[in-house]
Amino acid sequence: MPSSHPQDPDRKSWMSLLARAPADRLASLFPDPLPDHTLLRAPEIGSVMVQGRIGGTGAPFNLGEMTVTRCSLRLTDGTVGHAYVQGRDRTHALRAATMDALMQTDAAPALRPTLDTLAAEETARRTTRAAKAAATKVDFFTMVRGEDK
Amino acid sequence: MTPDTLTGGFATPPTDSARAFRAILDALARPGTIRTVDGAEPPAPLSSAAGAVALTLLDGTTPVHLAGDHDTQDLRDWLTFHTGAPLVAAAEAAFAFGTWDALLPLDRFAIGTPEYPDRAATLVIEMPNLHPEGATLRGPGIKGSAYLSLPATAPFIANRSLFPLGFDAFLTCGNRIAGLPRSTIVRDA
Amino acid sequence: MYVAVKGGERAIDNAHAFLAEERRGDPAIAVLTVPQIREQLRLAVNRVMAEGSLYDPDLAALAIKQARGDLIEAVFLIRAYRTTLPRHGFSSPVETAQMHMTRRISATFKDAPGGQILGPTFDYTHRLLDFRLAADGDVPPAPTAPATQGPVPHITGFLNRDGLIETADRDDTPPPDLTREPIELPADRALRLQAITRGDEGFILSLAYSTQRGYGRTHAFVGELRIGMVEVEMDIPELGFAICIGEVELTECETVNQFKGSKTEPPQFTRGYGLTFGQTERKAIAMSLVDRALRWKELGEDFTGAPAQDEEFVLMHADNVQATGFLEHIKLPHYVDFQSELELIRKLRAEAAAASQKEAAE
Repeated sequence: MPSSHPQDPDRKSWMSLLARAPADRLASLFPDPLPDHTLLRAPEIGSVMVQGRIGGTGAPFNLGEMTVTRCSLRLTDGTVGHAYVQGRDRTHALRAATMDALMQTDAAPALRPTLDTLAAEETARRTTRAAKAAATKVDFFTMVRGEDK
Repeated sequence: MTPDTLTGGFATPPTDSARAFRAILDALARPGTIRTVDGAEPPAPLSSAAGAVALTLLDGTTPVHLAGDHDTQDLRDWLTFHTGAPLVAAAEAAFAFGTWDALLPLDRFAIGTPEYPDRAATLVIEMPNLHPEGATLRGPGIKGSAYLSLPATAPFIANRSLFPLGFDAFLTCGNRIAGLPRSTIVRDA
Repeated sequence: MYVAVKGGERAIDNAHAFLAEERRGDPAIAVLTVPQIREQLRLAVNRVMAEGSLYDPDLAALAIKQARGDLIEAVFLIRAYRTTLPRHGFSSPVETAQMHMTRRISATFKDAPGGQILGPTFDYTHRLLDFRLAADGDVPPAPTAPATQGPVPHITGFLNRDGLIETADRDDTPPPDLTREPIELPADRALRLQAITRGDEGFILSLAYSTQRGYGRTHAFVGELRIGMVEVEMDIPELGFAICIGEVELTECETVNQFKGSKTEPPQFTRGYGLTFGQTERKAIAMSLVDRALRWKELGEDFTGAPAQDEEFVLMHADNVQATGFLEHIKLPHYVDFQSELELIRKLRAEAAAASQKEAAE
C-alpha cells in the first residue's frame, strides 16, 4: 500500500491549491465519475476559527470563523486522501480528497496538468488584481521644501 | 497515523450520533438503567459504548484524558481523527476514559467551580461486567431505589457530598452503558 | 391574578406570509439574486461577515436578502447558523505581512516602502450622487500598472528599528474564545480584540470618535491601513503538517499613538490594533482606537472615566445581537409583569389618596 509522505512539501502545496480552487472550476477540470473509494469521513461542513496576531506580530487572538468542508476517503488500492476546503461545497471536498489520494499513486503524472492549470489561473487572478491596485499607487511631487526658503 | 485509526467512526454521523446521544442522555437521566449504544468501532481496549460516547460528546473543545492501558497511540490517533479532542493530563480533562483502577485516584479530576459547576470532568469507566444489582442508588431520575454493579461505593458517596460540584460518570461494558450523575445518592447494598 | 393564554398561531403564519410578500416587493421588478448582493453590495456583505463573525460571502448575501437589508437582522441569522456548525479546529495566526494587497496607505509616512496604494476607495470621491448609476450600464475596466512582487513589510517595523515605538513581540499563548466561554473581566487584550472585531460598527465607531473628542484621548494616527487577501493555514492532525484551507479578505489598521511615558514605560509611540473580515476600514480604524484606549492600565495611564477606557462598558455593550435581543424583547407580551405594575400603582395611589384625606380631616 502506498504510504503518505507527511513531510512532502509537494503534498502541502497541492492540498492548499485544491482548497483555494473555485469548486466549479475544479469540477470542470476533474469531472465525474470519481474513482471508486470508501468514505472514512463523509464530506462535513463546519467552521474553523481564524486567528490573527495582536499588532500583526504579537500574541494570537480569535478573529472569527470561516466555513470549511472536510472529507477523508480511501481508494480501492488503500491510498488515503484528505481535504479541508473553504466554503460549504461537499463535492469540492470530495473531489479534493480524491485528487489528494490519486496524487500519491501512479496516476499523479496524469493529474499534474490539472493542478498546473489551477495554479496558473490563480496566479492570473492575483496578478490582475495586483495590477489594478498598482495603478492606484500615489506618486508624490515635491512642490516646496520648508528648508529651501 | 495508521490507516486503521481512520476507520471505526459512525457510518452515518447525523443519525448515529443522534441515537447515541439519546441513549447516553437516557442512561444519565435514569441512573441504574442500562442502555445499549452501537455504531462505534474504536481500537482496543476502548469498548464500543465508550467509543460511541467519544464520537458523540467530544470535539476540539473537550480535553480528554486516557488513563492507564487506554493510553495507546492507536486510540490517541483515533480520537484525534474522529473527534479532534486534545489529549491532556487528568487535572485538565473534561472527559477521562479508563478502567476503574487506572482512573484512581479520582481527586485528580475537575469537580467544577461554584460559578461554573459544569466545568467538571465526566469519567467513562470501562467495566469487565455491568449489572443492575449491587449498590443502592437513590435520587433524581430514580423512582424509589435502583441498583448498579459499581466498582466501589465510597468514592461516589464522597462525590455526592460535594454537590452541586463533583464529577459525573458513565460505566461502559461492550455496547452497554449506565450513567451515574453527581446527584445520585449511593449506598452500600 | 395570573391568566395563562395561548393563541395567535394563525396571525403569526399570516404575518410570515405578509413578510415574504413584502420582502419580494413589486413582482413586476426582477427578483434580487444572492450573487447580485454578494457582488454588488459587497460592503454590506463584509459588514455582516465581520459582525456575524463568520467568513462566507454567499451566506452573508443570503442573510441580507432574507433580512430585507436589515444588517443587524442579517448578522443575527449568521450567528444562529454558525452555532449549528461543528468546529473543525482553529487556524494558525494569519500572516498579514504576506497579504495580497488591494489597498495600503499610511498617514504617517509619505514615502513608506511599498508605496501608498489607494485601491477601490471612496476617500477622494466627491460624495455627489451619481445619477448614471440609476441607469444600467457597464463600466470600463480599471487601469492596470506593473505591480511589485512579493510581500510588503509593515510600516511600524521601520519605527521599531529606532526603538521609537513599542514592539508587539511574538507570543503563542492560546487565546480565550468568547464563543466558547463567557467573557470574564478583567479581559486580556486578545479577548478584548475578539469582542471588538465582532462588535457593532456603529457602537465601536462612536466610542472611537469619543476618544478623538477627548473622552480618553490617545492622539492616534493611522500608521498603516492595508486591505487584501490573506491565506489561512491550519494544522491538520491526520497529516501532521499545516495546509492552506482557503483565503479571506482582511482589513488591518495599526495606529501610532503619542505617549509621553509613564512610571513603567519610556516616552515612545504606542500602538492600537484593528483587524476585521472583509473591506471594512471604518470598523478596523475604530477598533484600533478603542483597543488603544482600553490599554490604559497596562501602559500606566490615568483612568479618566471615559467610556472607551471602561472595559466592562465596552465589552458588555458592543455586541449588537445581544443588544437587539434584550432591547426588542420588551415589545413582546409582558402582560403579567405589566398587570402587577398596574396593581402596584393603583395601590400606591389609593394609599396616597387615603393619607391626604386623613391629613385634610385633621
